[in-house]
Amino acid sequence: MNLHTPPAIANVVPPAPPETALPAAPRDWAPLLLVPALMLITLPLVADFPTWITLTVAGLAMGMMIFLMASGLTLVFGLMDVLNFGHGAFVAVGAYAATMVLIPMQASLEVDSLMLNLGVLALAITVAMVVTALLGWAFERIIIAPVYGQHLKQILITMGGMIVAEQLINVIWGAEQIPLPLPTALRGAIIVGDAAIEKYRLVAVVIGLVVFVGMSLILNRTKLGLLIRAGVENREMVEAMGYRIRRLFVAVFAAGSALAGLGGVMWGLYKETLTAGIGAEIVVMMFVVIIIGGLGSLGGCFIGALLVAMVGNYAGFLAPKVALVSNIGVMMLILLWRPAGMYSNLRR
Amino acid sequence: MLTRLLSGDSPRSRSLSIVLLLIFLGLALAPFITTGARPINTAATICIYIVLVASYDLLLGYTGIVSFAHTMFFGIGAYGVGLGLASVEEPTWTALFSGLLIAIAVALVLALVVGLFALRVRAIFYSMITLAVASSFAVLASQLSDFTGGEDGKTFSVPELLSPGFTLMEGEWFGRALDGKLLTYYIVFAGCLLLFLFLLRLVNSPFGRVLQAIRENEFRAEALGYRTVLYRIWANCLAALVACLAGALMALWLRYVGPKTMLGFEVMTDILLIVVIGGMGTMYGSVIGATLFIIAQNYLKSLMAQGSSALEGVPVLAQALHPDRWMLWLGVLFVLSIYFFPLGIVGKLRMLKLRRTQATGA
Repeated sequence: MNLHTPPAIANVVPPAPPETALPAAPRDWAPLLLVPALMLITLPLVADFPTWITLTVAGLAMGMMIFLMASGLTLVFGLMDVLNFGHGAFVAVGAYAATMVLIPMQASLEVDSLMLNLGVLALAITVAMVVTALLGWAFERIIIAPVYGQHLKQILITMGGMIVAEQLINVIWGAEQIPLPLPTALRGAIIVGDAAIEKYRLVAVVIGLVVFVGMSLILNRTKLGLLIRAGVENREMVEAMGYRIRRLFVAVFAAGSALAGLGGVMWGLYKETLTAGIGAEIVVMMFVVIIIGGLGSLGGCFIGALLVAMVGNYAGFLAPKVALVSNIGVMMLILLWRPAGMYSNLRR
Repeated sequence: MLTRLLSGDSPRSRSLSIVLLLIFLGLALAPFITTGARPINTAATICIYIVLVASYDLLLGYTGIVSFAHTMFFGIGAYGVGLGLASVEEPTWTALFSGLLIAIAVALVLALVVGLFALRVRAIFYSMITLAVASSFAVLASQLSDFTGGEDGKTFSVPELLSPGFTLMEGEWFGRALDGKLLTYYIVFAGCLLLFLFLLRLVNSPFGRVLQAIRENEFRAEALGYRTVLYRIWANCLAALVACLAGALMALWLRYVGPKTMLGFEVMTDILLIVVIGGMGTMYGSVIGATLFIIAQNYLKSLMAQGSSALEGVPVLAQALHPDRWMLWLGVLFVLSIYFFPLGIVGKLRMLKLRRTQATGA
């Protein structure tokens, strides 16, 4: 008997199972309606349609940027049960890494050519994502790997990692503020009717949507996504089937960090100046978004980001003092409604 | 007598007792064994930080709750006293105490609300929520400039008895004038001592034991019949109360309130560092940690500046020793101590002692 040929049984096609479709999981629509509802409610309050459009687009764009940064955090939490308090550092590193491309190539950014501008921007984003992915990989290996399953230590250690990373940024790139001007082609606004929509915000909306759709598709429609989800459900089983789930999860962590880097570039360009504290400032917003969305839920994170950013924008227009605490207000309301966040798809 | 005062929780290590005694004597006599404004400032800061860190240890070390809102309560106490005194023309004790009472009420209500909202959920959730709430509070304090003085904060004067202009007795004792500043120092010192003993009493009471049980195994504590949520909310409120009082003392000492010194995230990281380095779950850890930390913060920075200028020519080393890099080394120390030194200084000393007694007993 030849041991090298696979047993014949592998070639036997099993009889097709009878067609009994599983009942579809009930869809939870209520959170999806929150954003449109918010838009409808604020329209009469703002009263001025062009202003409302401007505010809405600005809110959407900001929401998308927050989503970019927070998606990696919630992904890593949902899959690996690691809450990375140092995630803000990846955002900052991403933004700083982009300056390594953007500042030497300043001249190409000032040329009024959309293609050239976007090309440089894409290069900067790529560099930022590569750098943060590598950093994330190292961070996971060195800082987080020894404390899996210990939440208290995880919180403390990632916090410490954030302090160190922030200081290292100061050592490497200097402690001064770095100006980060927008590419010429992305400056200014498009006038639609009477409403002014800033070009950069449109870019942010497009990138955010692409990432959201891409991530959802990968997680829900590919074998990779299947493995990841299976690994979350039952790690040992997936390992027993011969997959190296550990490697897969490290890759997920690196991907999450790269997303933070991408978000960092977007956010840095939006703020137009960089300080090492940029990550620590935004990490709070990310946490609010993730709490609202439900820990580990990608869709919840998306809706939460939009909700927080839009409420903040509308409130900034209608009642500026309230805007300062609007995100906490939204969080409290959502937690009153659903104590574990909008989508709590966690069993742990 | 002493055992009673320490609630039966003796240091349980000879070297620890000696160090604690030295710190106690040093702080008690600080105005007389040092001269100048800087050492006495350092001593007062140490006193206040001991209480602040000890109250945080009640949460982190004894109950296993990671809260990032502790500076918020500290700030509320400070702002209560500060704004109370700043709101009146002539500073009076009434203004001081009414400000303090309002601060305590606000702190307790906030602690209760945050606790009710968040303590029912898992540890990580609670940390995130407190971080969000605390940072919003800090933003609010720096933005409502009409009320709080904004980023600049507010300076105010204290009742005459405590002001440096007041003279208790003519002449000098050991080179220190007996003035209102000295009196303030001893109010701070005594207040901190009382608060610390109160915390010690608390963690060694049956209540404290339940908190420790919750830290070790919440599920089992619940199964034994303790309403763990209630206990955690209580711990949260008590820690907030003590932090609030520590903040009030801080304001009284500095005669200034501002978002950076009271609410800044740096204060929170300092607290975390001190708890971890001193030793979680040991009240004495906060004493040793705070003393080391504050002295290092005040004096090591100048030492680093000297080192940095001495190494001017050496590129990397000069950068690394720059006084602004102080936080970098602390961060590294923090991470390393969580890995390799999880018991902290006090825990380590006690462990050594325990090993020795076991070795001789066997």
